Amino acid sequence: MTVADALMLALGAIAVGSGVFVVTSTHLVRAGFYLVVSLGAIAGLYLVLGAELVAWVQILVYVGAVVVLMLFAVMLTRAPIGPSKDLDRPALPAALIGGGVGLGLTVLLVDAFRWTEFELPPPGTGRRVGEQIFGAWVLPFEVLSILLLAALVGAIVLSRPDIGARPDPNAGPEPEGPPPGPVDESEEVVARLQRIAERQAAAQQRVRDQRAAAERAEQAELDVVEGELVEEARQTDPLADVVLRAHEARPKPGGPPPEPKRELPGAPEREED
Amino acid sequence: MHVVIPYVVAALLFALGVYGVLRRRNAILVLMAVELMLNAVNLILVAADSTIKSALTGVQPEAWANPVPEPRAGAIFALFVIVLAAAEVGVGLAIVLQYYRLRRAVILDDVELYRHDHERVTG
Repeated sequence: MTVADALMLALGAIAVGSGVFVVTSTHLVRAGFYLVVSLGAIAGLYLVLGAELVAWVQILVYVGAVVVLMLFAVMLTRAPIGPSKDLDRPALPAALIGGGVGLGLTVLLVDAFRWTEFELPPPGTGRRVGEQIFGAWVLPFEVLSILLLAALVGAIVLSRPDIGARPDPNAGPEPEGPPPGPVDESEEVVARLQRIAERQAAAQQRVRDQRAAAERAEQAELDVVEGELVEEARQTDPLADVVLRAHEARPKPGGPPPEPKRELPGAPEREED
Repeated sequence: MHVVIPYVVAALLFALGVYGVLRRRNAILVLMAVELMLNAVNLILVAADSTIKSALTGVQPEAWANPVPEPRAGAIFALFVIVLAAAEVGVGLAIVLQYYRLRRAVILDDVELYRHDHERVTG
């Protein structure tokens, strides 16, 4: 049991453990993050095994790009944030087949290698990998670059419906204008917006009623005081009659709209002022 | 170093990937399980790369099987598999997103393969 063995056991346990969570978690996003942990542990295994360049490419491509792409797709398909119930099929057939595959492969590999000791080779450098790729494996490398180009073009064509799609001859004229946004099309969102609008209207109505009631009470108090003052003023000043009548006839907030009859005589009188 | 450890880890990861592909209904989770399987294969390639050569000491290989002085092709194959996996995920997610745009679903059981309306033009 060397240091390399201990490291490989620990990293393998991490990789397999988080792999279990990847295939059993009910949260989509958590499955993605457990996948990050699992792939990182596998990169550590590559480092222990001496394939340094593969380890860094693994971190760069898998953890940096593939998992981010997957989380991006989780976001774009509007996956629920909480746990999802309908994520899985019945477990028994999958567990039977998966367990059978795992058991068979493990028995095969354990029987093939036993507990034999191997000497770890010196860690591979980027120079050696480069010499091999561009020396012996240059033709597969070029084929792979053509495949990447094809995948790039294919992904673009797939995700743009205006390229390559032939119009259906049986269908009517194409709908004009941009496609409806997510707010317009989802019934759930529309219902929620309606509920919010109703609640807001009710709250506004309540506030308006409270304000009107408070103002009415205040007005009642003021009327008592004002009534005395008006009586006094009418007795002393004939012009005050005009001013105070205009004040009484003003439109009040929350009250019924003022009748035009009372406003009409008020207008010329105000000009006299 | 006991080489059986990475091999067994790779076998278990591959089994987990098979289980995930068969169990999951969500297309994105199926792609994640496929990633697990590809990583298991990569791990086997890299482990074989580090150990098979040291087991073959004293064996004289044929000249055509040995185009470079030090044949350690497992890491190269692992790099190729990583590139293939990246391309697969790109195209697979493009298909999943396009299907979601057409049908509002990523559940694989709901995919109707016998319906031929793939020529319909939808926003």
